[in-house]
Amino acid sequence: MKKQRFLILFVVLLAFGMILSACGSSEEEGSNGGSNDENGEENASENEEGTDGEQAEAGGDFSAAMVTDVGGIDDKSFNQSAWEGLQSFGENNGLEEKTGYDYAQSQSDADYLSNLNRLVRQNFNLIYGIGFKLKDAVDTVAGQNPETNFAIVDDVVEQPNVASITFKEHEGSFLAGVAAAMKTESDKLGFVGGIESDLIKKFETGFRAGAKSVNPNIEIDVQYAGAFDAPDKGKIIASNMYGQGIDVIYHASGATGNGVFAQAKDIKKNNPDQNVWVIGVDRDQNEEGAIGDTNVTLTSMVKRVDVAVEQVATQAMNGEFPGGEKLEFGLKDDGVGVARSNKEALTEDIISAIEEWKEKIVNGDLKVPSTRDDLETYINSL
Amino acid sequence: MGFIDVLQSIIPPAMFFAAPLIFTALGGVFSERSGVVNIGLEGLMVMGAFVGIVFNLAFGETFGAATPWISILVAMVISSVFSIVHAVASVSFRADQVVSGVAINFLALGLGVFLTKQWYGKGQTDMVDYPFYTIDFPILADIPILGRLFFQNMYLTSYLAIALAFVGWYILYKTPFGLRLRSVGEHPMAADTNGINVYAMRYIAVMISGALGGLGGSVFALTIALNFSSSTIVGQGFMSLAAVIFGKWHPLGAMGAALFFGLAQSLSVISSGVPLLENVPQVYLLIAPYVLTILALAGFIGRAEAPKANGEPYIKGSR
Repeated sequence: MKKQRFLILFVVLLAFGMILSACGSSEEEGSNGGSNDENGEENASENEEGTDGEQAEAGGDFSAAMVTDVGGIDDKSFNQSAWEGLQSFGENNGLEEKTGYDYAQSQSDADYLSNLNRLVRQNFNLIYGIGFKLKDAVDTVAGQNPETNFAIVDDVVEQPNVASITFKEHEGSFLAGVAAAMKTESDKLGFVGGIESDLIKKFETGFRAGAKSVNPNIEIDVQYAGAFDAPDKGKIIASNMYGQGIDVIYHASGATGNGVFAQAKDIKKNNPDQNVWVIGVDRDQNEEGAIGDTNVTLTSMVKRVDVAVEQVATQAMNGEFPGGEKLEFGLKDDGVGVARSNKEALTEDIISAIEEWKEKIVNGDLKVPSTRDDLETYINSL
Repeated sequence: MGFIDVLQSIIPPAMFFAAPLIFTALGGVFSERSGVVNIGLEGLMVMGAFVGIVFNLAFGETFGAATPWISILVAMVISSVFSIVHAVASVSFRADQVVSGVAINFLALGLGVFLTKQWYGKGQTDMVDYPFYTIDFPILADIPILGRLFFQNMYLTSYLAIALAFVGWYILYKTPFGLRLRSVGEHPMAADTNGINVYAMRYIAVMISGALGGLGGSVFALTIALNFSSSTIVGQGFMSLAAVIFGKWHPLGAMGAALFFGLAQSLSVISSGVPLLENVPQVYLLIAPYVLTILALAGFIGRAEAPKANGEPYIKGSR
């Protein structure tokens, strides 16, 4: 009797799980179908124009695909941006979705290998792994399939058939630092990092260098939360920083930054005249800062994964695939930049200062430090 | 920084950090006192956070300023219903309570993320327009020193958490219902002999823990995270569980433990600016709560004694 009950419970749970997972996949297809339709229409019109012209031919039989990390195609961040780049590449070259360009969604870390292998078997010429989480998987699959080209975003894989796409986050952060230094009234700025790694230190050093370039007397408080998913710690840090009179905080800390936004909005709500600003990261976080009619998001340091993805795909199509190279997308290639959606907060002074410094960096007159040692030298040279 | 300034920058953050943990830990106390281990607190918080955010986004325009309060009520009800899964499995079907709790954790996160994708078409929801905001408590905020420390820039939910801890203590230790609930967790057979319905008591206790877990999750979401994604609740439920144990399965103990965790977090952040603490590496302050929990479990800080029948399904008539 006891055993039977156990069995029944087990069966019920299993059935529940199966129903859920069944819903999952069918819905997934459903939503894909939806987007297919849209893109299909766009493609169709594109193709109609294309058949008369030369575009349809230009693509030839080149095809590119990408594997998302667990964030998914609609994460409003990396994966979405990469997919937009791939879509725009496909549309510009008259490729058809599914056969010409496609994506594979990863539900968990275990899916990376199988997704990459599936796309290899479908004979895509170029396959992207989006995000550093796919590093090992791309490394393995690229070693097994030397004929296929791969690209990894935000990390480096040393294989002759892999292009490593990285960004000069320090250059974008430098401009964020300039904006912050122009906006602050207390001459105190804050930086909230996720995990203290070389990557996040690039954000930190760029930001500090930018702020010090505008005003060498500015103080910058640097704190690391130790996690990218701890909004509670982000909020404590922000509460402490704003309490000390810091009025602009740049966060490079993923979901931990939600706590920074929460604290800034809370202060703004209670005291609308107080000067509190947040600088977002990776994508334009203007939406996150909205409170009533105002917005606490000063600007955001934006990584243009779409630009990088499209460029590498184009190179590969033209037979110039940068295999084995480490590509760095900076201000010069529009790979990084600062958002300008908060028109009210970004006065003309600030915009022109940003433009001025950007020009210096693009010209090569100024080399933005990317490590703390370089930063030391840079600050001393000011 | 003067001493009072230091306190002023430690206490309010510690309070908003601790509030969700207090709610959830109280839930854990109720469940475990009745003899049902509740590893599923994390999942119940996820459910609460999800429901709180979704309700807030959907009905924000309708209810205006009252939205966050209604959101946490709805989150309590739905999490309570959700926790019945755990009760059915572990009380009626006598499944392993730890396994069933883990199932709750997976199910809640999966369901939350899945439904977010279904309803909003992306991996995370938008930020809510009607979160909780801090307030200065009227009159009390003007008390010299104390007012600054305890009644300025506070969330009402933090006071609610502390008040509920006392209510929980009163219910568990001063009412017949509480006595029955505890007796079911200590010696269910004796309780049964005295005419207490063991199963009913355990069902009620698990549902109370569901409601409180949901309350904790939704308060976390509406004061700190402001949106829902897979990384909204990561480990807070387990911290609450640690608070239950550190607090020796007592409502006030659990509250104290949660407040202590908040204080440690808050201290670790501002330690660089405090004279005595600036020489202590931040990592020691960060791990302090967990080390102390392990010490408590190992019996160094008094005996941490779990309810005797905790984790054992009751089988009527067996000896």
